[in-house]
Amino acid sequence: MASLTGLTASTASVSDAALHVSGLCKSYAGETVIAGIDFVVPPATCFGLLGPNGAGKTTTLRCCLGLTTPDRGHIRLAGRPVPAEAEAARTRVGVVPQFDNLDPDFTSSENLLVYGRYFGIKDAVIRDRIPGLLDFAGLTGKANARIQSLSGGMKRRLTLARALINDPDIIFLDEPTTGLDPQARHLIWERLKRLMVGGKTLILTTHFMDEAERLCDRLAILDHGVLIAEGAPRELIASHIEPQVVEIFGEGAAAWAAIRQGLGERLEMAGDTAFFYCRDAAPLLAALAGETGPASGLRYVHRAASLEDVFLKLTGRDLRD
Amino acid sequence: MRHGWFALPRPGLRWLPVWRRNFLVWRKLAIPSIMGNLADPLIYMLGLGYGLGGLLPQVQGVDYVRFLAAGTIVASTMNAATFEALYSAFSRMHVQKTWDAILNTPLSLDHVLTGELVWAASKSLLAGLAILLVIGALGLVSWPLALWVLPVIFLTGLAFAAMGLIVCALAPSYDFFMYYFTLFITPMLLVSGVFFPTDQLPAMVQAVAAWLPLAHAVQLARPLLLGRIPDDIGLHLTVLVVVAGVSFCIATGLTRRRLLK
Repeated sequence: MASLTGLTASTASVSDAALHVSGLCKSYAGETVIAGIDFVVPPATCFGLLGPNGAGKTTTLRCCLGLTTPDRGHIRLAGRPVPAEAEAARTRVGVVPQFDNLDPDFTSSENLLVYGRYFGIKDAVIRDRIPGLLDFAGLTGKANARIQSLSGGMKRRLTLARALINDPDIIFLDEPTTGLDPQARHLIWERLKRLMVGGKTLILTTHFMDEAERLCDRLAILDHGVLIAEGAPRELIASHIEPQVVEIFGEGAAAWAAIRQGLGERLEMAGDTAFFYCRDAAPLLAALAGETGPASGLRYVHRAASLEDVFLKLTGRDLRD
Repeated sequence: MRHGWFALPRPGLRWLPVWRRNFLVWRKLAIPSIMGNLADPLIYMLGLGYGLGGLLPQVQGVDYVRFLAAGTIVASTMNAATFEALYSAFSRMHVQKTWDAILNTPLSLDHVLTGELVWAASKSLLAGLAILLVIGALGLVSWPLALWVLPVIFLTGLAFAAMGLIVCALAPSYDFFMYYFTLFITPMLLVSGVFFPTDQLPAMVQAVAAWLPLAHAVQLARPLLLGRIPDDIGLHLTVLVVVAGVSFCIATGLTRRRLLK
């Protein structure tokens, strides 16, 4: 009986889900890009897809939008099977692509008008929505500005406003703050939080861990086409990594750390910097206290473990291109 | 879908917003655009038509400038449609990523391509219309039969736009288009009866030319502009329709393979 109830509950959650992906596989010319991934995004939550470059994030998003046909697997977006009913599903979806593709020949408001027409929305309805969207994007007064005259942050915000022209339930954001300065990033985050409060579902890819930690209710780490971890940001940190980190760097740091490996649960070296992962950092800090006077070249930072540590532990420190 | 790249296009009617997008851009730049479509062909036509024409007896029973005016309309139509489907469509597809933005909306790639096809033909219609008005004002055409040249121009525009979209789908960069111009468009321009009657050509070249869409467009447009009903209307229309239809199916298949993989 319990299992039956469980089954009913999970079936219900799947059919209500904003996005449901199961068994997704995709390869190009014999090279596997996605090797069977499953995840569910409940409505009105923010889901983050993290992964190094080339992990398959963008391909996953393209499959979810019906722009790439998977080799295997099932996708339901906004209650519709994709790619079979992708066009209908996309009427309920907004997309902020990784690279701005605003129309350079148009002003801000013309960009919104022309984009709204692609959804089959009447001009009068779009024109009613434009002032509110420009206001939301902090672009009041820029309605008639040409795209070339906007800063990078303004273009990103206009792209976000454009993704809202059809009042979508689900918004895909592919690296929404890449290339922005801190002010612009914080403004985007604040707007995304407002959208979440308003009941929108957000699905974002990023490789900024602070962004994922701040925004996402749940996130999944994708590497080599498989999901290697999934959960709430705090859960992932708690379950995958020791709570404290001591980074030691400067002259002789590597040698110093190598002989004191036992002072932490785990030691990772990256160049000349030693990362000690500890449940209790007190013995290590005591050892360091004697060594890091003004005369010594050794320096250290003691901090709480973050999502970035989890990410590096799971995906390794090697460069990805 | 993987093996279905070349399934028939499903244009539907939702391509209209794509056409309107291009029209809105054109409206902002209409005056230089029309000048560009008009000035170059008219300079050639008037220069060659009156200059060279003064040296020639009548060609096919009319003054050379009248003969050339009819060819110029068709050639300008071809150029306008080809440029739009090559350079402008490629910019939107590859450089500005305008198509990518549209594909995130409920529109499909088939809608985008249909919008681009009809837009390129519309632009070639505007180019042809502008020239028609000028040569009409110069008294080089016979009204009202000449008005029938407008649907011919539009159909010619569709055929060359569809062929251009094939090249666009295959192009790695703008430089690629030079091959299409030097190996296809320019030779076609010379053997299709635009500048001189095709019976001046060696028999073998004439046999090839008989298959070229531009030659069929010329054989429809020239009599209409000179006040006669063309011969073999059905044949010429069929060639243009088939070229447009088959080319568009190929262009759609190639573009799907390029963008939706």
